[in-house]
Amino acid sequence: MSKHFVIVGAGEAGARAAMALREQGFDGDVTLVGGETHLPYERPPLSKDGMVAEVFAAKTIATAERLVDAGVAFRGGVTVAGIDRAGKRLEMKGGSTLPYDKLLLATGASPRRLAGVEGERIVYLRTIEDAQRLRGALGPGRHIAIIGGGFIGLELAASARARGAEVTLIEALPRLLSRGVPAGIAARIQARHLAGGVRLVFGDPIAAIESAAVSARVTLESGMCIEADMVLIGIGAAPNVALAEAAGLTVVNGIAVDERLQTTDADIFAAGDCCSFPLAIYGGRRVRLESWRNAQDQGNLAARNMLSAGEVGASVPWFWSDQYELTLQIAGLADEGALTVERELAEGSILFHLSADGRLVAASGIGVGNAVAKDIRLAEMLIGRRARPDMAALGDPGVRLKVLLSQGELA
Amino acid sequence: MGEWIEACGSDDVEEEDVIRFDHAGRVFAIYRSPDDEYFATDGLCTHEHVSLADGLVMDEIIECPKHNGRFNYKTGEAKGAPVCVNLRTYRVKVEGGAVFVEV
Repeated sequence: MSKHFVIVGAGEAGARAAMALREQGFDGDVTLVGGETHLPYERPPLSKDGMVAEVFAAKTIATAERLVDAGVAFRGGVTVAGIDRAGKRLEMKGGSTLPYDKLLLATGASPRRLAGVEGERIVYLRTIEDAQRLRGALGPGRHIAIIGGGFIGLELAASARARGAEVTLIEALPRLLSRGVPAGIAARIQARHLAGGVRLVFGDPIAAIESAAVSARVTLESGMCIEADMVLIGIGAAPNVALAEAAGLTVVNGIAVDERLQTTDADIFAAGDCCSFPLAIYGGRRVRLESWRNAQDQGNLAARNMLSAGEVGASVPWFWSDQYELTLQIAGLADEGALTVERELAEGSILFHLSADGRLVAASGIGVGNAVAKDIRLAEMLIGRRARPDMAALGDPGVRLKVLLSQGELA
Repeated sequence: MGEWIEACGSDDVEEEDVIRFDHAGRVFAIYRSPDDEYFATDGLCTHEHVSLADGLVMDEIIECPKHNGRFNYKTGEAKGAPVCVNLRTYRVKVEGGAVFVEV
């Protein structure tokens, strides 16, 4: 009898895994179950190009034709109620069941919510519908308040300005991007937002947010009041672990998996935003990443390991953000670093983060367009090789990083 | 038959690297391989139209600077997700220290 592999979650990780199973030659049945009714689509554009474009068009990861051609049964708009691990089947909302031989949980993450803050004028960004609601509130003469100076908030601030809306961004901490982005780079982003006409408010906690029919009001503890057509709340995301938890799988800041993405049940894997995993390059430090690249990499890895490849993940964390004409790219986790070396480029700059013993552990770059992309990619390879590159060479833009890559193998 | 257009000097591209060449509203990417041969492809990634000249060349692969889509720049072949559409390639010749592309 042919095997049946089921993937719960049709975002980047789930959809990638489904296609990768076929690319790896799996000839059993593949079912991809999604909570949303849409075909799998890319989320990164929702806060960027998709928010700015004249006409909104979702970018699908896999069209219906591609799914059919690949023999992937896509079931959208379906809620999984539970996992019967002993019976190896999913219990669906509505009472039906779906048997599996191997299961991949790619359930993603959901925006963290401010308790009690809901309403017509409040939006949290995760889905196409969220993006469309927000788009409707942007334009000249409109004002949006953004709670949270993280990537979602900042990308939306830039997009809203591009559409002519007034923006006030409120960050509880003293600076932007305090999680994972070096202060110098955050300062450059802050300067760009100020130049772009975004009003920034720091360190003034929120006292109340009220949503009425036509407008919303944010009141801060200092007494400051911000009236807005829409309030966007971007204060991070929490992994969707309810299904795993109810099934008795171990959860540690996400569904806990090993370096092969296997959960505490050998037939169940997890990938993407929903899982935490040990990163070998940092001595097995357990992390959870909310990034497009990680979703891709882990979707691929999960597929191979569902086919018993037993492969250990070796990717270096990487993500990007687009704001105005600037792109930020970070490879590795900057908080692993003890020392930094800066490299100035014609249209950007890169901060290399090294451990106390001289290993390159991360690189953070910001520049116009893709000015830093090539060097960040090379840095990513050096990080993956646990190289100890020459610090003077790192700081010298005249030295090609590719040269260090060949030296890195000797380190 | 296309028209041969001078794209750049042969020294303008470093070995195992790529530069951008704009011509008549079109974007091309000109490559110099590690064994010192020249190649040309369309300059924008088939995934999200990002300029490939900002990407990294490793051996015979160009990697898009945005989402790491990979192509063999000698054949144009897309090497897997997120890219699934091949890059168009163009004939190249080097004469008198200049690189010409047949557009």
